[in-house]
Amino acid sequence: MSTGLEKQTPGEVTEDELEALIGDRALRRDDHLNAPGFVIRPDDVQDVLFDLRDEAGFDHLSCLTAQQYEDRYESIYHLKKYDDPTQEVSVVVPTSTTEPVSQTAEPVFRTADWHEREAFDLVGIDYEGHPDPRRILLPETWQGHPLSLDYDQEKPQIVTLSEHANPIQPDHHDEESDTMFLNVGPHHPATHGVLHVKTVLDGETVVDVDPDIGYLHRCEEQMCQQGTYRHQIMPYPDRWDYVSAGLLNEWAYARAAEDLADIEVPEYAQIIRTMGAELCRIASHMLALGTFCLDVYGDFTAVFQYAFRDREVVQDILEDLTGQRLMFNYFRLGGVAWDLPEPREEFLEKTRDFLDELPAKIDEYNDMVTSNEIFQVRCTDTGILEPEVAKSYGCTGPVARASGVDYDLRRDDPYGYYENLEWDVVTRDGCDNYARVLCRMQEVEESAKIIEQCLDLLEEWPEDERNIQANVPRTLKPDADTEVYRAVEGAKGELGIYIRSDGTDKPGRFKIRSPCYHNLSTLGVMTEGEYIPDLIASLGSLDIVLGEVDR
Amino acid sequence: MSSDKPRQDIYESTVPSTDTRESRMGAGPDDRFNSKLREAFGSSPFILTKFDKFMNWVRGNSMFMLQFGIACCSIEMIHTYAIKHDLDRFGAGVPRASPRQADVMIVPGTIVSKFGPRMKRVYDQMPEPKFVVGMGSCTISGGPFQEGYNVVKGAEEIIPIDIHVPGCPPRPEALIYGVAKLQERIRNGETSPVVVKPYELEQFGDLPKDELVQKLADDIDEEDLVMRYNWADSP
Repeated sequence: MSTGLEKQTPGEVTEDELEALIGDRALRRDDHLNAPGFVIRPDDVQDVLFDLRDEAGFDHLSCLTAQQYEDRYESIYHLKKYDDPTQEVSVVVPTSTTEPVSQTAEPVFRTADWHEREAFDLVGIDYEGHPDPRRILLPETWQGHPLSLDYDQEKPQIVTLSEHANPIQPDHHDEESDTMFLNVGPHHPATHGVLHVKTVLDGETVVDVDPDIGYLHRCEEQMCQQGTYRHQIMPYPDRWDYVSAGLLNEWAYARAAEDLADIEVPEYAQIIRTMGAELCRIASHMLALGTFCLDVYGDFTAVFQYAFRDREVVQDILEDLTGQRLMFNYFRLGGVAWDLPEPREEFLEKTRDFLDELPAKIDEYNDMVTSNEIFQVRCTDTGILEPEVAKSYGCTGPVARASGVDYDLRRDDPYGYYENLEWDVVTRDGCDNYARVLCRMQEVEESAKIIEQCLDLLEEWPEDERNIQANVPRTLKPDADTEVYRAVEGAKGELGIYIRSDGTDKPGRFKIRSPCYHNLSTLGVMTEGEYIPDLIASLGSLDIVLGEVDR
Repeated sequence: MSSDKPRQDIYESTVPSTDTRESRMGAGPDDRFNSKLREAFGSSPFILTKFDKFMNWVRGNSMFMLQFGIACCSIEMIHTYAIKHDLDRFGAGVPRASPRQADVMIVPGTIVSKFGPRMKRVYDQMPEPKFVVGMGSCTISGGPFQEGYNVVKGAEEIIPIDIHVPGCPPRPEALIYGVAKLQERIRNGETSPVVVKPYELEQFGDLPKDELVQKLADDIDEEDLVMRYNWADSP
């Protein structure tokens, strides 16, 4: 939603203006490939970020990367604008190795809360003034910070089970009051994986919500830092957002690494990528719809199975294209692994058949789900997420767009073949659970439009120009200390990758900015004061994937 | 039609159904199919079997699965339950949300240190006899994440596993094959194998006093259950 107020924010901010704005507080410049970077002192963080947000309009803290060098720790705040994400600026905050303390950015951007907890947990930087300085991904009793340089992975660890109180003991959270403490998860059908929501209830009303994540923290960043650029990293993105959104995730890595190594992808490969990515988006949104209905209706039979019927069709098409049902590993740096399957006509026809049947299926969903009065009563005006709140929590994707934040990287920061195609960004003003469901269903239709145009292009593409792979050196070794942060529009929102090269064939630091992580952090504001069934519905409508939340 | 009168129309001739049955079975002993059990056991009206064997047969053909989603494999597991693959056809497709109602636990994904004790707790809550199918490479060795600082190198470090289904992720067909193999084993009377379980949940106070235990002594209540991970000893 673009209110009158936002339109007055200054448009393009030039580098000179930025330099003038930050002024003396910038110790030196440290430019990244995607954005100008300013190095500032650890006690100037809030000051500079307030200025950048209020004076220059950088209202989106996209990512916070923490890393350790031999001689210092470093936190990088990647800032963007919701109005124009191509305008970026990086704020680099170095701290000393002996005393890594930096000022918190939490008062400026709410999303910094979870970011800084993660930075503390994995790298070991302390943020002064942080409201809740606990570990977030690893257990409370963990020893050491695993992404710091001197961490010994072989050392034993002890993990407690104390959160799970004995069921026979009284479950009053606080003896003085009437509230009840309730664990939702980590093994619970409505948490979509292994999320643990610590909930405090007053009767049926939710008083306090504390999502406890990290039950699927599979060290994805470490895995990517151990792999070589060319082939060893690409399989991992599939496993971040594993709800068939594999190609969308692969694109995030491909985009970052291609920018880092300056690789130009052939146009034909871009069309195949665009088509594959949108098929993944459809599969992902189908699952979101199916599981949401499972949560709201408690219905394992009808809508859920309908959604899985349609996912099976998409997965068949993707299997024909990539050779895999779920973990595609289809993108390569500079292109894709192979061309469309032969016979090509058969593949195109199969995909077209799917697209032809899709409108009827969507009508079916509308009959069963969205036009159902009970469903509407359950979902409208529950789980309200105001646009300003969504922005300060760094929400993106359907969650932000259903709150009226008109932000879609496919259009605003074009990549692939999207800018040459006809399609619309879906936004809704409802800000509630119902709007989020509708937003996803309409995005399915838009994706179908994109795929249809891609199919036409692929069919008519000249035979001798079907080039699927650019020329890429066998061993990629980008120049040392090149840094890039690039994002694509994944199924759940802005999926960003930060890579710092250290001159070898493996990344020095690989940071994943996961959309689900930010979307999940809004659960508290969405549900506190509402009823407990609405908590489950809100959680379902956020459409989180724990593999991507925890990485 | 008023509902208190018997509906005559359903007592009409059964010719069509009998026809189908006869054409399917051909000529042979008649009246074999007057009960479900007869259908199952053939023409003899008697069943001679050991009770144990009968129980194993029953057990293998009516398995309640635990609805237990961890990671990527759970998506393929849902597809195995859902239409097209439909695990229910094999008498093994009723997902139960509570471990207290489940016979079989499919472990679909990577186990990390924080989740290990929870999985052990869920496993302990299942009633005997219980069976576990390990789905995917992560439950065998940690799979692609084996080198991770936080990843348990295979679910067998924590709970005993009857059937391993390899793949990353295994296709639904592979999972069905694994479940069918488990049914076969249960029918043959094999119960869960006894394995050495290096990681048990134990009280923190009972741990041998070493540097790490001393360090954590202030943070952890002696009565608290803990799981200890010795990464260096892991395979």
